[in-house]
Amino acid sequence: MISLSASEQARDAASGEQRADRFSVGGTFSVRSDRSRGPAPARPAFDYRDNTGRTDLAASVQNLSVTYRTRFERVPTFKKAITRRQRSVVEIEALRGVTFDVPVGTTMGIIGSNGAGKSTLLRTLAGILSPTEGRVEVWGRASTLLALGVGFNINLSGRENVRLGGLAAGLSRREVEERAEEIAEWAELGEFIDAPLRTYSSGMFSRLAFSVAVHMRPDILMVDEALSAGDAKFRAKADAKMAELRDSARAMFLVSHGLGSIQEMCTDCLWLHKGRVMMHASPVECIKAYTEFVKVGRTPSTMEDL
Amino acid sequence: MSDDSTSVGTGTSSESGPRAFETVYHRYVPHKTGLPHLPTYLRELWLRREFAFETSKASMRGATTNTFFGQAWLVLNPLLLALVYYLLITVISQNARTSGWEYFAHLTGGLFVFYFFQGSVNNAAGSVVNAGGLVLNTSFPRLLLPLAAVRTGLLRFLPTLPVYLIFHILAGNAWTWVTFLVAPIFLGLLAVFASGLAALFAALQVYFRDMTAFLPYIMRIWLYSSPVLWTIEMIQGRPTAAAIMPFNPLYSLIGGYNQALQEGVLPSAQIWLLAVAWAVGSFVLGSWFFMARERDFAVRI
Repeated sequence: MISLSASEQARDAASGEQRADRFSVGGTFSVRSDRSRGPAPARPAFDYRDNTGRTDLAASVQNLSVTYRTRFERVPTFKKAITRRQRSVVEIEALRGVTFDVPVGTTMGIIGSNGAGKSTLLRTLAGILSPTEGRVEVWGRASTLLALGVGFNINLSGRENVRLGGLAAGLSRREVEERAEEIAEWAELGEFIDAPLRTYSSGMFSRLAFSVAVHMRPDILMVDEALSAGDAKFRAKADAKMAELRDSARAMFLVSHGLGSIQEMCTDCLWLHKGRVMMHASPVECIKAYTEFVKVGRTPSTMEDL
Repeated sequence: MSDDSTSVGTGTSSESGPRAFETVYHRYVPHKTGLPHLPTYLRELWLRREFAFETSKASMRGATTNTFFGQAWLVLNPLLLALVYYLLITVISQNARTSGWEYFAHLTGGLFVFYFFQGSVNNAAGSVVNAGGLVLNTSFPRLLLPLAAVRTGLLRFLPTLPVYLIFHILAGNAWTWVTFLVAPIFLGLLAVFASGLAALFAALQVYFRDMTAFLPYIMRIWLYSSPVLWTIEMIQGRPTAAAIMPFNPLYSLIGGYNQALQEGVLPSAQIWLLAVAWAVGSFVLGSWFFMARERDFAVRI
């Protein structure tokens, strides 16, 4: 499903949205205070398509909206729950009516400014956040590279952390044991694999974390920025690994501000702005429209990775 | 529209291919506050149990590697505590009933098992909040986190059992089949009860971060009102105490455990019923509360 929007249309949509968002404070997320919230506007009923039995799709998102209700408190406590005079609850509409399909074999780039809802979209696809509205279907086990080194314990050795990271990612013990050696080797840690993580340099830490993440062999791979692990040599190795993963995974999602890598790696592209899909087209078209939209132009700094 | 996320394995796994993967179909739709699809959830929970085991093992190893005595602290800590309470109580009460090996054995047995309970609930209370990044970036049944904390508590408790048995021998307590068969059952019931509370406090901690400030006081009061420093026999003939006690879950759970382990006496039917009811009730309510809210955690952390 390819939307035909050209960049003018996209800009129109954005300015229309700004008019509708009169309560917006702050540029990135559209935040509305609770009190200004009237009765929920009746959204037109969405005609959901039935995807039962389809095998050509890796993921399908229909009419997805995600709204957080959050408070501008640093930490929620009893005292604040009791003494709060006015409820400073705000709603953050991270995603609004997002619809797209991802056929098997797609590498989907997701671009957009900070707070556009890119990470939220990935988390919803991974099943970490649940939709407020809409339907998300995923065929396959999703592995997120949303953050590296999640679940690591710095007092344990690299090998033990490999086991922990693998199990956290949903592998069985047998699968983890099978891969442990491979992971250690790929990370090029040598004898340090049996030393506690706190003795690692930051480069070694990220090499190990990256190695764990890419060896999980997920059906659907999600990569959120920050894969800048290690030195130039390791970068090259990491890029090669990513290309290999892209070929073996059913589908891959890549979120990046480095438009160059999106253009290079992706076969399809989604441009999000304030939670809405501005454009769903080829990477070249999306990047062109997006760079025009934010008026930064294709400067070396935007095309360069990170 | 169904009210839940479901995932169905379509079972196209083939071990022969270069990549043996199983295509699992997930579907996520909005939920209201309610339980997730229970069969799916429990299956996931079971499949991911290794993760909970490894997490608890890791926290065991991680916690003691930096200290001089290392694992010995697991025994030393409760033992020193038992000594402190023993001194305190014998000095204050100067009662013949609370001196001698027999009482000391009772104190150690009770304190060790209470420490298992307290440690489990304390660790579990912070388990979800402290897991932070893991909860934000990985999808798994969150109930594993408090359950892993209870398992850690159990692993920390086990080394203290032989220590208790030494005092058991010194006190000349009885050895019967009850000691070996019924006491483990009550320990199991206590673990189930602790799991329920663990889930409850872990979920509450997400919403009220100062929960951990209250917990030590709750636990301290609970310790004094449970048959750890005193025995079930001591309050017999006191109608008020006897009337209140069934409402303290630990009265039946730890009391029954103590009777079985230390005296080799089969606990009364009333104690059995109370213990089972509290354990099941706590587990069902605690995990229900937790599961109903866990999909909200990623937003709250």
